[in-house]
Amino acid sequence: MANAYSPGLRVSTRTVVRRERRLPIRGEVLVRVGEAVGPQDVVARTELPGNVQAVNLASRLGVEAARAPQTLTRPLGAEVRRDDEVAVARGLLGLGRRSVPAPCDGVLESVSPVTGQLLVREPPVPVEVNAYVRGRVVAELPGEGVVVEAQGALLQGIFGVGGEAWGALAPAVESPEAELTPGRLRAEHRGHVVVGGAYATLEALARARELGVSAVVVGGIDDLVLRRLLGRDLGVAITGSEDLGLTLILTEGFGRIAMSERAWGLLAARAGRLASVSGATQIRAGVVRPEVLVPEPDGAGPGTEGEVAAELTVDSLVRVIRAPGFGRIGRVAELPPEPRRLDTESLARVAMVVFPEHAVPVAVPRANLEVIVA
Amino acid sequence: MTPAAHGVVPEAVRSILATDCGSTTTKAILIERRSDGYRLVARGEAPTTVEAPFEDVTGGVANAVRELEEVTGRRLLGAEGILTPMADGAGVDLYVSTSSAGGGLQMMVSGLVLQMTGESAQRAALGAGAIVMDVIALNDGRRFHERIQLVRQLRPDMILLSGGTDGGDVRHVVEIAEMLVAADPRARLGAGYALPVVYAGNQDAAAAVRELLEPHMALRVVPNLRPQLERENLGPARDAIHGLFMEHVMAHAPGYPRLMGWTPVPVMPTPGAVGLIIDRIARRDGVSVLGVDIGGATTDVFSVLPGPDGTPVFHRSVSANLGMSYSVANVMAEAGLENILRWVPFPVDEGALRNGIRNKMIRPTTVPQTLEDLVVEQAIAREALRLAFEQHRMLAVGLKGVQQERTISEALRQSAGGGSLVDLLGIGLMIGSGGVLSHAPRRVQAALMMVDAFLPEGITLLAVDSIFMAPQLGVLATVHEAAATQVFDRDCLVRLGAVLAPIGTGRPGQPCVTVEVSGPDMAPASRSVAFGDMALLPLPPASAVARVSAVPERGFDLGAGRGRPVSAQIPGGHTGLIVDARGRRPFALPADAAQRIERLRAWHAALSVYPRGA
Repeated sequence: MANAYSPGLRVSTRTVVRRERRLPIRGEVLVRVGEAVGPQDVVARTELPGNVQAVNLASRLGVEAARAPQTLTRPLGAEVRRDDEVAVARGLLGLGRRSVPAPCDGVLESVSPVTGQLLVREPPVPVEVNAYVRGRVVAELPGEGVVVEAQGALLQGIFGVGGEAWGALAPAVESPEAELTPGRLRAEHRGHVVVGGAYATLEALARARELGVSAVVVGGIDDLVLRRLLGRDLGVAITGSEDLGLTLILTEGFGRIAMSERAWGLLAARAGRLASVSGATQIRAGVVRPEVLVPEPDGAGPGTEGEVAAELTVDSLVRVIRAPGFGRIGRVAELPPEPRRLDTESLARVAMVVFPEHAVPVAVPRANLEVIVA
Repeated sequence: MTPAAHGVVPEAVRSILATDCGSTTTKAILIERRSDGYRLVARGEAPTTVEAPFEDVTGGVANAVRELEEVTGRRLLGAEGILTPMADGAGVDLYVSTSSAGGGLQMMVSGLVLQMTGESAQRAALGAGAIVMDVIALNDGRRFHERIQLVRQLRPDMILLSGGTDGGDVRHVVEIAEMLVAADPRARLGAGYALPVVYAGNQDAAAAVRELLEPHMALRVVPNLRPQLERENLGPARDAIHGLFMEHVMAHAPGYPRLMGWTPVPVMPTPGAVGLIIDRIARRDGVSVLGVDIGGATTDVFSVLPGPDGTPVFHRSVSANLGMSYSVANVMAEAGLENILRWVPFPVDEGALRNGIRNKMIRPTTVPQTLEDLVVEQAIAREALRLAFEQHRMLAVGLKGVQQERTISEALRQSAGGGSLVDLLGIGLMIGSGGVLSHAPRRVQAALMMVDAFLPEGITLLAVDSIFMAPQLGVLATVHEAAATQVFDRDCLVRLGAVLAPIGTGRPGQPCVTVEVSGPDMAPASRSVAFGDMALLPLPPASAVARVSAVPERGFDLGAGRGRPVSAQIPGGHTGLIVDARGRRPFALPADAAQRIERLRAWHAALSVYPRGA
C-alpha cells in the first residue's frame, strides 16, 4: 500500500528512538542505566531557586541606605516565615520603634548598602522530569537527567499544540477520511490517545477535553478551530507549552485532509497499545515536529533512529501540499531539468505529475510536493 | 597605502570571498578586481550547519564555497580553511563573514525609565544588530520577582544594562543590577561560560555595579549611553556589544572558533552588516534611504535620515515575528485578515485563506503556483512591510557612530510619538530585499508592494537587492569600502525606477498632477493623471539619467509646496516612473468591496502588475 508523508517527517513502524530527559538546572538523577521505565516514572528531580521578594528597608524604616544592613534582626542566610520581624530601627532618642516584616517565607539573601533593599528568597520549587516514553535508560547525563530509549513505532505530525501526554491508542472513527464528531467520543476514552480521521470539529475537541482524553491525533482542523481552542490567533509556530487540557496533533495540516494511509495504518494497527505523544512544534531552523511514539512491549533494543524520507524521482508517488489540488495524489512522470514558467510567471523547477483523474501530466513545482513512500 | 584595518591593505586585495551564515542558508560570494573595478564573479549557497547533527558552521561555509569552486573552476578551500592569499590562481586575498545562524544575537536590555534610557538601550542593541527580547525598566509594570523570572526564562546571549544620567541618583540602577544577580541568568549557548553584560549607565554607579556583577558575569563597563537627558552616546555600548558578541557568544557557537580563525576581520551580526552598507551608501550619495529585508521569519527595516543637526543618522528596527513563511500566520494575526484582503482584487473565502496561510506556516518552503495565490502572498507581504515600517517609525531606532544631540523637547516628543524622526517626503531611495521582493515575477510588483506598504511622498527612487548580498558587502565595507560599494552599485542593487506621489486629497477624477519625463534614447513622455488613478511612464535604463518634471494641481504638494512644480534628475530603471495619484495624508482605499476591487484592478492594469489583469 502506498502512503504519504512530508519529506523529513518520520513514519516508521519499527524504529529506535532516544529521548533526552533533562532537568532545567542541575539536580539528582533517580534511575540507573539499564533500568526499565514507564512514561510516568520520575527519572530526575531538582529544586529551582525560589522567587525573590524585595523590601526596601531604608524607605520603610526611614534610615540611610548605608545603615540598612545594621537594621537586620537576623543574619543573612537565616530562614524566616512571612511576617517575622526582620529589621528594626528606632527614632531619635530610641523612641518610635519601627519594624519590617518578612514579605514571604524564605531565606534572607542580601541587603544592599546602596539601595537599602533586602532580598528574601522564597523556598525552592521542586521540579521533576518523567521518562515520557516506556523504555529503558541507556545513558545518564550526570546531574542533569537520562536518555531513555524505546523501540517501536514513530509517527511525526506536521503541527501540534499541548505538551507531553500518554495513553492507550483508541481509533474513534472507522477510516482516515472520516470526521471526528462529539458523538464518536465516549466516557471510556478518558486518558486515551484518540485517533480521528480527516477532520475534527471544535465541538469534538471540546467534548474530548470534557471527557479527559489525553490527546487527539487527526488529519486536520480549521484555523478558526485552533483560534477558538487557544483563545487567540497563534502567531508563530512555536508550541508545546499550551495548557489546553488536551494535546492535539495534526498529521496533515489545516483544513479537511484525509489522514495519510500510512499514518492511519500505523495507529489503527496499534489500537489499545500505550502511546506517548508530544504536541511540541517549532517550525524554525532546528525544526521540532509533534510525535506519537508507540513502544513495543519487549522494550528497547539496538537499531537506528527513524528512517529518512525518499527522494523525488521519476515514478515517485507524490502528494500536492499547496493549492491548487492540495492533498491530491499522483505519480511523477518526468522531472524536467530546466525550470518552467508557472501561471505566476515565476520560474520554478517542476515535476510532471499524472493524477488519476487526468490523463495528461500536470506541472507542479517540486517545492509543493511531498514524496510518498511505498 | 591606506591604513590597514585588521591587517587588510585594500590596494593589495585582488579577490575577496565573503559569506553570510544565515539561520537556514549559508551564502558565499566571490568578488574580483577587474579593469573597471571590483565585480561579483560567482555565488554559491548551501544549508547552514549550525544545528544538530552537524553542529559546525564551517561545514555549511565549506559547502557554499565548494559551489563557488565548481562554478569558477578555482580552488578556494585548503585543509586549514580558506586559502589566502591568492597564489597561482587559487585562493583569495581576503575572506570575511557575517552570521545570524542560531537565531542571531539575542539581547535583553534595561534602563530606568522605559521611554528614556530603556528606549536608548534598545536603540543601542538594535543598532548593533541584535534582536531585543525584552526591555526591563523600573516603570515596566512588573514586580521584582516577575523581572527575575523573565530574565531566567529568556536566556539572552547578552544583557545591556543602562540607566540614569551621569551624576544622577545611583540607587535605581544598582537595584536593577541586584535584580540581575538574584536572577542568576544562564547564557543561551551552553552553560559553561559567564553571561556577557555591558554596563552603559550612570558612571557614578559603575563601581557598585562592578562589585555586584563582576563575580558572576563577564562585565564590560563603557561610557553612559545617555550621559545627559538630552544627549545619546550609543557608540561605546554598540562597540562593546560587537566585541562581546565575538569573544563570548560566537566563541561558544558550534564551529565559530574555527570560522573566526579563517578570517582576519571580526564576524559581524548579519543585520549590523546590512545597516553598515546602507549607511555608507546613504552618506556617500547624500540621500535619505529606507531599506527593508523581508525574510521568512523576520523583517528588518533600516533607515538613514538626517538627524536634528542635519548629519545622517542610522536607524534599525527588527520585527522578529513578521515574515513570509515561518511568521506568515503572525502577519495575519497582527494585521487582521481584512487588512490583507483589502489588497486582493477578487473575492476570497476567508476560511480557506486562513487555512492556506497556516499551511504555508507549517510547510514554509512551498511556493505560489496560481496567479491568485501569488496575489494573496503579495497582499500579505504589503501588510508585513506596513507593520514592520510602523514599528520602525515608532522605535525610530539606532544612532550610529557619531553622538547625536537632542534637545529635551525633542527627546520628549520622541517618547510621546516616536514617528517624528521618519519623514516620508525626505526619503530619496527605498531598497527592498528578501524573496518576495527580490524574486517577484515582475519587477513592478516589487515596486508596488513597497509603494503600498510605505506610501512614499514626493519623488522617491525604488530598488531591490538582486540576491541579498548586502550582509557580505557590509562586513567587507569595514575593511575595503571601495570594493563593497562598487559591487553594491553594479551587481547588488537593481534599480526599479521611481514613484511620484503628490500629498493631498480630492475627488476621484479631478485633475491632480501633470508629469513629463525625458532622457537619452527615449521619446519624451507626458501625462496628466487624475486623482485616484495611477500611471506608469517610461524611464531610460538604470545606467542613464532621466529628467522628471511635474506640476501638481492646486491643493497637491510634491515637496515644494501646494501647486508648485518640481523637477529632478533621476537614474533610470527597469519599471519606469510610477505616478501615484491615489492621495496621501490620508491614503484610503474604498470601503465598499466592489468599488475597492474595481480600483485595484484599474491600478494593476495601469501598471501592468499582473498578467490577465488580475
